[in-house]
Order: sequence, then C-alpha cells, then structure tokens
Amino acid sequence: MREIGSKTSIMTGNEAVAEGVRLSKVGFISAYPITPQTTIVEKLAEMVANREISARYVEVESEHSAMAAVFASEIAGVRSYTATSSQGLLYMHEMLHWVAGQRLPIVMSVVNRAIGPPWNIWSDQSDSMNQKDTGWIQVYSESNQEAMDTLIMGYRIAEDSGVMLPFMSMEDAFILSHTSEQVAIPDQELVDEFLPEFRLGFKVDSDRPMGYGSYSTPDGPFMELKKDMMESMWKSANVIKKVTREFSEILGRDYGGLIEEYMTEGAEYILIASGTVASTAKYVAGKLRADGRKVGIIRIRYFRPFPAEDIVRATKDAAHIGVIDRSVSFGSGGTVFNEIRAALYGRSDIPVTGFVAGIGGRDVREEDIEEMINLMAAGKEGTVFINTRGDQ
Amino acid sequence: MLEVRFHGRGGQGAVTASKMLALASFLSGEYVISFPFFGTERRGAPVTAFTRIDTTPILLKTQVYNPDVVVVLDSKVMETVDVTAGMKPGSSLILNSPEAPEDLGLPYHVATVDATRIATDLGLGNRTNPIINTAMLGAFSKSTGLVDMTQIREAISEMSPSKADVNVSAAEKAYSSVRMGW
Repeated sequence: MREIGSKTSIMTGNEAVAEGVRLSKVGFISAYPITPQTTIVEKLAEMVANREISARYVEVESEHSAMAAVFASEIAGVRSYTATSSQGLLYMHEMLHWVAGQRLPIVMSVVNRAIGPPWNIWSDQSDSMNQKDTGWIQVYSESNQEAMDTLIMGYRIAEDSGVMLPFMSMEDAFILSHTSEQVAIPDQELVDEFLPEFRLGFKVDSDRPMGYGSYSTPDGPFMELKKDMMESMWKSANVIKKVTREFSEILGRDYGGLIEEYMTEGAEYILIASGTVASTAKYVAGKLRADGRKVGIIRIRYFRPFPAEDIVRATKDAAHIGVIDRSVSFGSGGTVFNEIRAALYGRSDIPVTGFVAGIGGRDVREEDIEEMINLMAAGKEGTVFINTRGDQ
Repeated sequence: MLEVRFHGRGGQGAVTASKMLALASFLSGEYVISFPFFGTERRGAPVTAFTRIDTTPILLKTQVYNPDVVVVLDSKVMETVDVTAGMKPGSSLILNSPEAPEDLGLPYHVATVDATRIATDLGLGNRTNPIINTAMLGAFSKSTGLVDMTQIREAISEMSPSKADVNVSAAEKAYSSVRMGW
C-alpha cells in the first residue's frame, strides 16, 4: 500500500462529515438551520466564513426549500450539499423525488433520528428508511472515518455517467454525530486525484436553452424514464464496488463493497445489521466466537441499491439468519427484514428472524445481541421486539 | 479495553474532561472513543460522559455499563445519582472531595482530590462555578497510572478555550495532591 498523506485527530462524526464536504470541494451548500438540523452545517458555515472552503452558503426557511435550493445549484452545474435529520428529512420528501427524477447527483448527509410523536431526538432509522423509494442511493456508516470517506466517495458514485442519481449518507445520531474518535483527514491532493471536478452534461446554460422537468403523458417517456432510473440504480452496484476499490488504492482505506462480512466463514448464525448496531454486533460476535459459538455478522453499508446478490451468497451456508431493524413498517415488519426475505425468496430455505431494536434511541446492548443469537438458536421466527419494558 | 465514566453537573466540563482524556490517550498511541450520555443538557443538571480506551479499534458503541474507573466532578451529584452503578470489585472511583478516601467508607479503590480548592486558588471559573475538570485529569493520571502527564498537558493545552497554562497548573497540582486509599 502506498504512503498515505493524512493528519489524524479526534473529532465527532459531524465534524468529520464537514471535513469530507470541504475535501470534496463543494461549491454550494443550503440548509435550514433550526432543529432537527445537525452541527455539520454549523461547522460548514464556519468554514465558509473562514474561507476554508469556497462555497456559497444559503440559509433557507425550511428543509423543503433547502432541497429546492440545491436542486437549482446542481442543475446549474455546481457540486452541491445539504444535511438534515428526522422530521426535517420527512419535510423534504417531495423534493427528494424531484432531485432523483431530474437525475441530479446531489450528496446529502442524514443524521438518523426517530420520528415523532412523541418528540424524541435519539437515534433510529425511521427517517431514512421512509425515503427508500425516492430513487436516492442510501448508505449507512459505522464509524466517523467511514462517514467522512463515504461522503467523498458519494460524489464519485453519484456523478458517474452510468449512475447520475443522488446520494444519501447516514450517520447514527449521537452514537456517531456527537461521539469523538480518531479520524484521518487525507491531504487535499489525494482527494483531488480521486475525485475529479464536477461537469454536468445537461446544465442550465442560457446559450444553449433546453426544457427541464416538462410534462409527460402516459404515452410520453414518463414510464421509460422511471425504468431507466431502476436500471441506473442496479448499475450503480458495480460503480460502487469500482469506486470503493479506487478509493482504497488512492486513500488507503478499503470498505469492501455494498456489504461487509465479519466472521461469516463457517458461521451457523448470521446477524444482518447496519450502522453502529452492526459495529456492536461485530464486537459481540468476536466474544461469542472466542467461546466457540459460530456467529457471524453482515453489515449492510448500501441499502439502495439493495445488495440482494451479496446477501444470498454470504448467507448460503448459515443455519439461521437474523436481521436487526431500527425502523418498522407497521403491520408488516422490520424494513430491512422484509427486503432480506424478498432477496432470499426461492433461493434459500434458511429461516429468518426479524429483530426490532434500538427504536427511539434505546441502547442496543451486548446482552441484546446475545439474546438475538439465543432466540435464533431456539428456532424463533417472525418479528420480535428486543428489550421492551414489560409494563409499558 | 478500559472504560471510564464521568459524573458532574451541566457547566462543570465533564463532557470536555471525557474528550480531553480521549485526546491524551490518543496522543499516547491508543484508540479512543468519547461521548456524552445523550440527553437534554441543562446547566446544573447531572451530566454523564464516557471514554473508552483500547489498543485496537473500538467496535463497542453502547453506553458504558461496567466502568473500570469512575470520575466524579461534583460529590453532591452522589445524593441523586448512583455513581457506583455497575462498578466492579477492582474498579476505581476518583472523587472531587476535601475528605480522605478512607473516611468515605466505599468498597472500591477510592482516590480523592480537592479540585474545587485547586481551581478556586488558581482563579479558574468563579467561586460558585469553579472549572475543575482539568484538575480531575491530573488526579486521574496519578491515581490510575493509565495516561502520562505529558499527554494530559498536551491535551489540555490543545483543548482549553482559554487559560491553557492555568488549566495545566491545575492538573499538575491535582497530580501531586491526590490521595489514594489503596
């Protein structure tokens, strides 16, 4: 591996993400600064004020407007960024479809927080899982370093001519966003080598007038445009793998691909999780392996495109699969659980159990992961809520 | 892996102390993670913060339930918060208190330091709200031997918003005056 030019220091997930935005040479940032906003944009506002980043920063009156503002800047050919969380993301929902449908490769950070009522500022994935059908690539990180690196990779992936889809990068509230750990900040020259300047082929240009977002009837190209989005999303899986490999060659950190497999070789029980819960699950699997229990973890990094093929391959020798969800589709099941079962349909007879845990920021502890493994070993199927209080 | 829990009140700097300890350990070549108890912070309300230190990357992302060391910035907090919760028989408790460790009658390794007096004498903060977090780090270094004063000094200098040299002096005074009951 080549010598990596970087400076390591201690910082929160939000600070690390802001560094990632700076290194990606973003030209336009828009955000709504009121709760549930994140300190990412606070840090970026400071960077803009101190001229550490030459971006235009525009404060708006709502998250819906923030997404509308980055839509406008991106279509004018400027690399753009915004961040939000929780109810703020829900308020953006309509614009998320417009950005994806217009094929604008905007990158956005989402700090995962619960959706009220009751009011709750803590971490779960209900906000971003509710956006899974908007046409955005979605990725979950487990460390501050990964959150920063993923943001930089995000622009490369989204702006790839075979993809041209927006990119949503998640960080667990508090557990990453407000937690300090070491992060290596790469030198700008290395990032420049990895991430070329942004050029938008169909940018708004008064010398070359074009129509955008016009009307389409049932006989028009509407349905074909949606089919093309689906195909681009599937194609993005290979682009993600290629870009992740190039990132490791230039910047020295290898995140594998759409999933991370941890101790899955010879594993009887495989737990599938994403975000920081997957990190804790890896820790517990290491301890259980030392006791001779054959436990492995699959960490889903990319939820869109859904890594169905990778999961079928990585679980094929397991006796039982468990899926941890930090969000639930009421009347159906855990969001990831449902997708895993769909991926395995007709290709595997392995039983799958859904575990709903960590809702509204309830800590997912070592004993909770152990309980999941024990329930799998006991042959429990269906959907199980973990660590709920009996009297509530 | 070493797990440390800090108790204090909003405004006393428990969260900063947890971060400074992480930085000092990082400067000593360790992997670290530092985080507050995620709640709604108010000045004067009990605050908890955590630091994990290890020789390998830290995967465990839960709160700290069984701390190896507990640091209490304000012994009055003990009236409403069970600061010993989850402590193991060999765990250490470092208290900001003018009392001798053996007078407290606690079944742990107890160390005491009069951090309030150190801070007041040095003019850190004011009499009603002295800044005692840096003194507690000096006491931590001496009583646990887990992180060297060289790195504690460096971390305080890097992270103090003002009066870095006075904060370093507070840590040094606490280092030389902490009393260990073991």
